[in-house]
Amino acid sequence: MREEDIIIRTVIRLMVPFIQVFGLYVVFHGGVGPGGGFQGGVIMAASIILYVMAFGITAGKQRLSEKVNMILRSTGVYLYGGAGVLALIFGGKFLDYGVIPLPLHGASHIRAFMIDGVVEVGVAITVMAVMVTIFFEFYPGGTSDD
Amino acid sequence: MRILPFIIVIITGSLLIWAGQDMPDFGDPDAPAHHHVADWYIENSHKDVAVENMVTSILADYRGYDTFGETTVIFTAGIAVILILRRRED
Repeated sequence: MREEDIIIRTVIRLMVPFIQVFGLYVVFHGGVGPGGGFQGGVIMAASIILYVMAFGITAGKQRLSEKVNMILRSTGVYLYGGAGVLALIFGGKFLDYGVIPLPLHGASHIRAFMIDGVVEVGVAITVMAVMVTIFFEFYPGGTSDD
Repeated sequence: MRILPFIIVIITGSLLIWAGQDMPDFGDPDAPAHHHVADWYIENSHKDVAVENMVTSILADYRGYDTFGETTVIFTAGIAVILILRRRED
């Protein structure tokens, strides 16, 4: 691995946690302001891409291994689809979260909880994992598992 | 032979400009696109979904199928990238 600038490494090491916290904020703030799963997931992926650009693909794959990434990719779709099937099980229509019996007052609050807590998180997980996957696969020398 | 594509482009462009004359003005609040289901969403989305952001309630609840499809499309894109670009061991 080639020698990198100490300043770049230090700055990126400091920036990555803040970018990730901001990404989580964008995901969970989707219900009250601009944001949501797609945008937050891309910001989370950007933090990992930034880390790989400074520390190399090997260090990046130690942080987010191929196996974990593979699981995360499908977890998001399963969360979203699972929320829809859960509504189906409790007698509603597919993706009609209001019928799920949760200890909240009213169907509107149950829908809000499912949107903010499950659907957006699922979207964010899938978007993040797929963006990281695309970057890893395109990265020079990053296609093999060395 | 270069003149034929030029004539086709001119005719198509003129047709598009001519057809565009009937479009509603940009940002016109009385445009048909703003009165199909938009009024209903503005009046009822807070009763149906207790999410402050109306865009999110439409995106994830009323248009939940669409967003589910989008997520699946992104997932499929990732799988396709792996299938095409990943180098095999042998």
